[in-house]
Amino acid sequence: MSEKLLMKGNEAFAEGTVRAGCRFFAGYPITPQNEVPEYMSWRLPEVGGSFIQAESEVAAINMLYGAAATGIRTMTSSSSPGISLKQEGISYCAGADLPIFYANVARGGPGLGNIAGAQGDYFQSVRGGGHGDYRVFVMAPDSVSEMGNFPLHCYEVAEKYRVPAMILADGILGQMMEPLEFKFETVDPKSLKTPPWALGDCTGRKKRIVRSYDLSEGALEIMTLNRAKRYKEIEEKEVLFEARSCEDAELILVAYGTSARASTAALKMARAQGLKVGLLRPITLWPFPKKKIQELAAKTSSFLVVEMSLGQLVDDVRLAVDGRVPVHLHARPSGAVPTGEEIFAQIQEELKAQKGEYVCY
Amino acid sequence: MLLINPRPESLVDVKMHYCPGCGHGVAHRLVAEAMDELGIRERTIGVAPVGCAVFSDDYFNCDMIQGAHGRGPAIATGLKRTRPDCIVFSYQGDGDLASIGMGETIHSAARGENITIIFINNATYGMTGGQMAPTTLMGQKASTCPLGRDPQVNGYPIKVCELLAQLEGARYLERVSLHTAAHVIKAKKAVKKAFQNQVDGKGFSLVEILSTCPTNMGISPLEATKFIADKMLAQYPLGVYKGAEGGKIDVSRN
Amino acid sequence: MYQGIRISGFGGQGIISSGVLLAYAGMLDGKEVSFFPSYGAEMRGGTANCSVVISSEEVTTPVVSQPDTVIIMNEPSLAKFEPLVKSGGLMIINESLVKSRPKRQDIKVVLVPCNQIAADLKAPKIANMAALGAFCKHTGALSVEAVAKALPKVFKRAKPEILALNVEALKKGAALN
Repeated sequence: MSEKLLMKGNEAFAEGTVRAGCRFFAGYPITPQNEVPEYMSWRLPEVGGSFIQAESEVAAINMLYGAAATGIRTMTSSSSPGISLKQEGISYCAGADLPIFYANVARGGPGLGNIAGAQGDYFQSVRGGGHGDYRVFVMAPDSVSEMGNFPLHCYEVAEKYRVPAMILADGILGQMMEPLEFKFETVDPKSLKTPPWALGDCTGRKKRIVRSYDLSEGALEIMTLNRAKRYKEIEEKEVLFEARSCEDAELILVAYGTSARASTAALKMARAQGLKVGLLRPITLWPFPKKKIQELAAKTSSFLVVEMSLGQLVDDVRLAVDGRVPVHLHARPSGAVPTGEEIFAQIQEELKAQKGEYVCY
Repeated sequence: MLLINPRPESLVDVKMHYCPGCGHGVAHRLVAEAMDELGIRERTIGVAPVGCAVFSDDYFNCDMIQGAHGRGPAIATGLKRTRPDCIVFSYQGDGDLASIGMGETIHSAARGENITIIFINNATYGMTGGQMAPTTLMGQKASTCPLGRDPQVNGYPIKVCELLAQLEGARYLERVSLHTAAHVIKAKKAVKKAFQNQVDGKGFSLVEILSTCPTNMGISPLEATKFIADKMLAQYPLGVYKGAEGGKIDVSRN
Repeated sequence: MYQGIRISGFGGQGIISSGVLLAYAGMLDGKEVSFFPSYGAEMRGGTANCSVVISSEEVTTPVVSQPDTVIIMNEPSLAKFEPLVKSGGLMIINESLVKSRPKRQDIKVVLVPCNQIAADLKAPKIANMAALGAFCKHTGALSVEAVAKALPKVFKRAKPEILALNVEALKKGAALN
């Protein structure tokens, strides 16, 4: 569909959103996502879109709230501290059923932390993030190719269910270069239907209101329960994952994004030595591939969760496994990147322990 | 019976929740009349704030969006850049515009966004119950400064029109009041001009309306108008701070 | 084949563009590739470095923690990367600027007078090309021709005569033993 390009993850992501039909971007500089606003600043005017460098992340997400209310495809991006600032606005979008789209090119935290790639924002992403009961559709790319190709799917899911959608990447995915091809037809926004809730010219129809509140007694619960039906449908229909060598695996690695890349290296080392190891890579972090993990828990002997955070993904794996088999953790928080070698070393330990060669912990 | 001054089409025929003597009802009517007279109701999108006017999304008879506290100008920016053919206004109180949302206020003005802002200054927080506002007068009592605003503790009130007048991007700034019928008529002219400017592509227009909140001040509606005349006018002089001189901004911006 | 590379030097020595160039050349050559730079505050002053992988198979982690080859363009980089090189790996040293030598005996060391070669060509900015030439020769991971082919793709605004000088420096680096 297009030629092979060598692009930075951030640029591939930006180009991917434009090709997916994004015509409005507002954002604020923060490392390691600066290539996204830089790219959008010249690319969007080329296609008749709007780019604004906002005065803050707070302003940026609220500009998105306004722009998205007119029914067009919008995007903002930031990195961890900036995403924290956007949470109130994201909560408003969730409450007003606006299908906004954004990326967190995450870095080490808490606080100012550092500018290295990290996965410490997992909970913030998959549990809503801001105030109130809500969910965000979360995709976790693990390559530049996925950075460029996931935005279209995010828009489609966001619009179908009227929920915010996000990409949870990290500094490594944002900064690295890899070959990629855009595997979809470029979307012409004019070909998209204007949604029936979009604000604009009300000639010949009733006025429309976009809002996240209802103060009348019991009304907000009904509003939230109706939204929860869509959440349930997303959980049933929109789960994505990649399972590698899981069929006969005695130990299954679970990892997403950059830590899945390191885990793949470990998987290859293990298989080269004849060790029965598999890898489950959640591609959607919410909805989480809970059923797949339950199914694997019935066959495998243990899980090893690899994450660039203190132990967040491991909670979701443990909830799914529900005590059937042990779930171990390899955690490298705050900007550290696990190596294939160190993961492989822990795989060997866990397999030895499984076989009763010695008892650990 | 002959109805000389019927309800504007731009105002939905529902009962408003505002307290007796509150200025919001009058201010809403002025906005609605301006929309009617300019014939822009259908293509207008309003931004409702957080505060007493949160429910204005039910009252104005045009597409409405209600947003986070203080972020009206950012939301209006997103709407206007996406739909430059629409007329976009943000209706905000003093806590919303001059406290939590001061950043958005200043930067939307600095960018010269072609939007209209209706700013209600009643020197108090209404919906949350009479706390000190950024515009609360020196010595004025509030539920968070029960002994009166003290500069040692609370600093000084913010004069929004004077502040924004420093910015090249702000094109039209006028302060008006609602405390007498004559002032209401003048306020109407200012509100209409702020919308006309946007229709003409002239850029950022803000009308600051001195208004009443008798409930939170614990006084009668009449006393509240007297409070404006005797106290607020001295701190907040009425008048035009920027007159929308010059022509259009670059309307090719989107 | 698999080549994990780290390139390290001062900001301004073309460290990042060298990495991009190798990755681009690998891609044009039909290989799987990745490039990952150090970025942000670290790019100003101090040491800039990047990771490049060129492989016949899918690239797993783009952060090369145990490089097959390190290209050392300035003095501080030697101490930083000497411990990381794989046993039996290759260290290319810019001998114009780096006076120390590695203590390890289990790695191959190639000395390249990068700045001298660039100075001879009257193009001081292209010292990095001499090192890349040596990389091509001593690893066989890429041909000089493949790197030369990638040059105009990476330096889109460079004039043809500048590109020709780059190729010249590549060849001089590759001609050394």
